Amino acid sequence: MAAQPVPKVMKQGKLVPWLYLAPSILIMTLFIVYPMINTIGLSFLNKDGTASAATTCIAGKACWGIFENYHYALTSELDTTSFGSFWSTFWGSSYGNTLKWIIFMVSGTVAIGLAFAVFADRIKYETLAKAVIFMPMAISFVGAGVIWKFVYDFGTQQVQIGLLNSILAAFGQKPIAFIQTPGINMAALIAVGIWIWTGFCMTILSASIKSVPVEILEAARVDGATEWAIFWKIMVPIINPTIIVVITTMVINTLKVFDIVYVMSGGQFGTDVIAVRMYREMYKFFNVGHGTAVAVVLIVVIIPFIYLNIKRFIEQEAIR
Amino acid sequence: MNRERINKLLNRVPTHFIVILTILIWIIPTIGLLITSLRPLQAINTTGWWTIFSPPTGSQQYKQSCAVCHGVDGNALPKANLTDPAVVNQFPRSLSLLADLRKNINGQPHMGSTPLPSEQDAANIISYLKQISGIQVQPRFTLNNYIDALVGYRGTNTYTVDCAKGTQATDLHCNLSDLLNPRGMGRAFVNSLIVTIPATFLPILLAAFAGYAFAWLDFKGRFALFAVLVGLQVVPLQMTLVPISRIYAQLHLNGTFLGVWLFHTGFGLPYAIYLMRNFLGSLPRDLFESAYLDGASHWTVFRRLVIPLAMPAIASLGIFQFLWVWNDLLVALVFLGGTTPVMTYQISNMVTSLGAGWQLLTAAAFLSILLPMIVFFSLQRYFVRGMLAGAVKG
Repeated sequence: MAAQPVPKVMKQGKLVPWLYLAPSILIMTLFIVYPMINTIGLSFLNKDGTASAATTCIAGKACWGIFENYHYALTSELDTTSFGSFWSTFWGSSYGNTLKWIIFMVSGTVAIGLAFAVFADRIKYETLAKAVIFMPMAISFVGAGVIWKFVYDFGTQQVQIGLLNSILAAFGQKPIAFIQTPGINMAALIAVGIWIWTGFCMTILSASIKSVPVEILEAARVDGATEWAIFWKIMVPIINPTIIVVITTMVINTLKVFDIVYVMSGGQFGTDVIAVRMYREMYKFFNVGHGTAVAVVLIVVIIPFIYLNIKRFIEQEAIR
Repeated sequence: MNRERINKLLNRVPTHFIVILTILIWIIPTIGLLITSLRPLQAINTTGWWTIFSPPTGSQQYKQSCAVCHGVDGNALPKANLTDPAVVNQFPRSLSLLADLRKNINGQPHMGSTPLPSEQDAANIISYLKQISGIQVQPRFTLNNYIDALVGYRGTNTYTVDCAKGTQATDLHCNLSDLLNPRGMGRAFVNSLIVTIPATFLPILLAAFAGYAFAWLDFKGRFALFAVLVGLQVVPLQMTLVPISRIYAQLHLNGTFLGVWLFHTGFGLPYAIYLMRNFLGSLPRDLFESAYLDGASHWTVFRRLVIPLAMPAIASLGIFQFLWVWNDLLVALVFLGGTTPVMTYQISNMVTSLGAGWQLLTAAAFLSILLPMIVFFSLQRYFVRGMLAGAVKG
């Protein structure tokens, strides 16, 4: 299970490795480990971290005592009077929206990325084609936000300078305020996310597809299998581990989505997500307790993926 | 044989169709941004960027209503030469033009049997006449948007025009010093560079040290520590913002470059060390053994062997970290804010609170993606390699 054994001749004093490690460990402890613990602590305190969260309870209203910030973080957006109202408010909350992001962004990026990788594998201008799909990865989310805001532009006058609305106009349809219309705006924002991240999925999946032995594919073709069957019955099972890695990575990326929403809609019009909400609680309302509680909710959701990552790493090391 | 070839080619048509369609969908929004950033303000707000190569506004209507008598170029009638500014200036509005068109000329209706243009068409015709008479020539392309964005111009005209008239805002001096105006993208570009270069260099240097220790040095808890590091890779940034901004407030590090460098180093390290260790660990062991047998110390090995050999990994990491820091908004927003704005902050500010026009936004956005694009297209190979080595950072 251990990593590569160190050669005998390279044994060294006990202190030497720690000299090499010290700067990194110090900085990571200071900037990741300590703040994480501190954040958890702060989430049980009031808005400026001076007293217990229990003191913020309002008399006569439901109170979770020291967990009051979590009471706020988890339920303030929801209407829990009945299951129906809970259900409908959940899908409009930052949690419901984040879940929508995960469902559509992950399936969208993986599906398009995989399909494109398969198709691009058969053409001569593959490198160029892949570079185009991959390019948004180099652009900032802010830049991408501006690019797409322009595509979605909604003119109040007759002229539509936004590409999508002018296409609608060409077909005689009424223009749509893509960013302001609830429901449509979530799709519009997620489309931007897909535009950015598909290149990432495509690149990794493409490398995996290329590692599928050509002989197996040729043999199946000789036996008369259709390309569709070859894809589902041979290719997908072989690259399945990579697909799972890509999916987990994408789920984590999606959970943290901030910039796109912040720039394009500011979390308004029913497009709020966890990360934007956390930022707002902390830096607009200056409520440390609420902000950190939302952050802790986020890390709790991510913990299973941390576990998966470590588990995968240990398995990989065992093979080496 | 030939038939088979044609069949094969035809079978590929859907493949090409799908690939090219996807490429177009992916690239068109960016092309729209680039073209728009190069168009004059008025053109941006009245026509879509895709009309850039279509004839100027009103030329179609002019051809329909006027070209028969006035000629295609507008100068066929010497008495009513439409390329003469004095003639065109008589019709400042569509209504005055329409009134004239309804009048009789020499007892004949002005328009003859041609129907009168609508009010909208008349307005377009006027703008076309202004164009051909030289009263208000609209160039198709201009660099004014870039100049305005760079110097942080916020007026209703353009920086060059205002400076020529001397009506510029008080914080502009109409010389090269304007490039460093705190509201402009020029200054933001410099700030972005100041943030990005050390924040790229520092984690790579530290990661090379730590990666060497994890790969080739023996110490207790090596594996466990590394497993923790793998876990740290996915910790969301949001988890740590609040405590660190509180610490920074006490140390007066808020709004300083040092604070941002350290923060990015902290968050870049887990992935950087992971990649370094995996890369260095895959180097042949004989190399290290013979170096030690020759009596080289760890420090010598690190300097003379590890750093030169790790160059591919350093390149991958460098690009990754560079793009990550350059493109980051959240950290810049929290720790630098408006005091030393970087490019992403400046743009997001233009979008969210200033409501800047498209001419500024598109130019600013393109300026901010210029450097990443150059880095990406020239070093794509290393970027992809780094990603395939297990990128989970995001």
